[in-house]
Amino acid sequence: MVRGFFYALNLMAAELNEKAQILDQAGIQRAVTRIAHEIVERNKGTNDLVLIGLRSRGVDLARRIAQELKIIDGADIPVGTLDVTLYRDDLGRVGIQPEVRKTEISFSINEKRVVLVDDVLYTGRTIRAALDSLIDLGRPRLIQLAVLVDRGHRELPIRADYVGKNVPTSRQEQVQVLLTEEDGVDGVLIVKG
Amino acid sequence: MGLARKDLLRMQDMTADEIRLILDTAESMKQVAGRDIKKVPALRGKTLINLFYEASTRTRTSFEIAGKWLSADVINVSTSSSSVAKGESLKDTGLTLQAMHPDIVVLRHPASGAAEFLAKQLAASVINAGDGAHEHPSQALLDLFTIREKKGRLEGLKAAIVGDIAHSRVARSSIHGMRKVGMEVRVAGPRTMLPCFIDRLGVEVFTDLERAIADVDIIMMLRLQLERQQAGLFPSLREYSRLFGLTLPRLKGAKSDVLIMHPGPINRGVEIAPEVADGPYSLILNQVENGVAVRMALLYLLAGAPQAG
Repeated sequence: MVRGFFYALNLMAAELNEKAQILDQAGIQRAVTRIAHEIVERNKGTNDLVLIGLRSRGVDLARRIAQELKIIDGADIPVGTLDVTLYRDDLGRVGIQPEVRKTEISFSINEKRVVLVDDVLYTGRTIRAALDSLIDLGRPRLIQLAVLVDRGHRELPIRADYVGKNVPTSRQEQVQVLLTEEDGVDGVLIVKG
Repeated sequence: MGLARKDLLRMQDMTADEIRLILDTAESMKQVAGRDIKKVPALRGKTLINLFYEASTRTRTSFEIAGKWLSADVINVSTSSSSVAKGESLKDTGLTLQAMHPDIVVLRHPASGAAEFLAKQLAASVINAGDGAHEHPSQALLDLFTIREKKGRLEGLKAAIVGDIAHSRVARSSIHGMRKVGMEVRVAGPRTMLPCFIDRLGVEVFTDLERAIADVDIIMMLRLQLERQQAGLFPSLREYSRLFGLTLPRLKGAKSDVLIMHPGPINRGVEIAPEVADGPYSLILNQVENGVAVRMALLYLLAGAPQAG
């Protein structure tokens, strides 16, 4: 009786954990290329442009965008790494003490056109932290936001300037971005909670 | 993630993993010091009390700066201008402070075990900033951080700690810390300043400075605590300096890339010659600089820890 109950529970869990792929390797590549083109178009070139990726997959995406920009415009665009842990609004709350990692931005962002790059845009809280963090590092001319996936459910008035793919999701679902640099394979999955 | 402890009292009961976490976090914190705006909001709304029963420049200032850069409110209580001067006991001072709901209390006290005593009284995290001749864990951690930064690793390195080992809380904390991360440790000094059974901490004991420093990667000179030297542990300052002072000629017998450390404040010309203290291998000022980053890491890991319930 008890065993049967757990068996049924396992079946349900397996069903719930079903994954759906919404972008494959080619899809990610196309999205990155398109974002790079849009960045050049919107900024009328790549003058004063810098890319800053949010740890950790945002950094990999920023590097890929920089490669595309090099192909399009021939310019070497500097890429920096931002860790926003110290700016999070949930520090000290129950169960949360994230590891602090390094911010590595070897160039000045003063008067620069900064494109912030992240993998998934969700509540917007990470981007709020990133904006505060950037302002403490200098005074950019402007800040734009590029994300691979926008899954909705914003809790702050924040939007992306460049979106790889808009994906309607429920809050129970998780969006997993896999990149070769971190995960050995490219792909974007939706995992049902 | 994080330190699973309320207080930081002694290196003796830290694990190698905890030490590594603190040093890694400090590396990230160090970046804040290099910015124009040296402030991050991580500890907004947290209160840090520096309670110092002994004189201190670098430790107190360093904790104060670390707290302020993390946006905590920092209050300094020095005993000469507080109720302690009226004879209030540590327990009562602790309970009084507790009633003001601090999140962290940093304590320096002349009695060994004082920090542990206070930690039991308070709901706040207590950081031991030196208790008598017992321990000074944040100093040991910043020394490990400085060594790792220069050498790129800790494991397998050899260090000699030289001077008044018996009275030194820095020595005790460093020995525990260095042993835990896989370093070899030697201690050297006059017999009267080497505690009995010190070898049980896993260190090699030397009474000859030149032999002790011959093949080590790090020489850590301790301050001769002149205020604790009424006991006649050595005949004269000049003799101590001649036998155990680190001078340029003596350093010729050491490795060419040896690093020199000193927790400060230094007695120039006593335990360390000015040319050595100001020389190219001296890390004395790096230690001070890194002290802030390491203490930021400690404050973040202790005060930022998830509250139960």
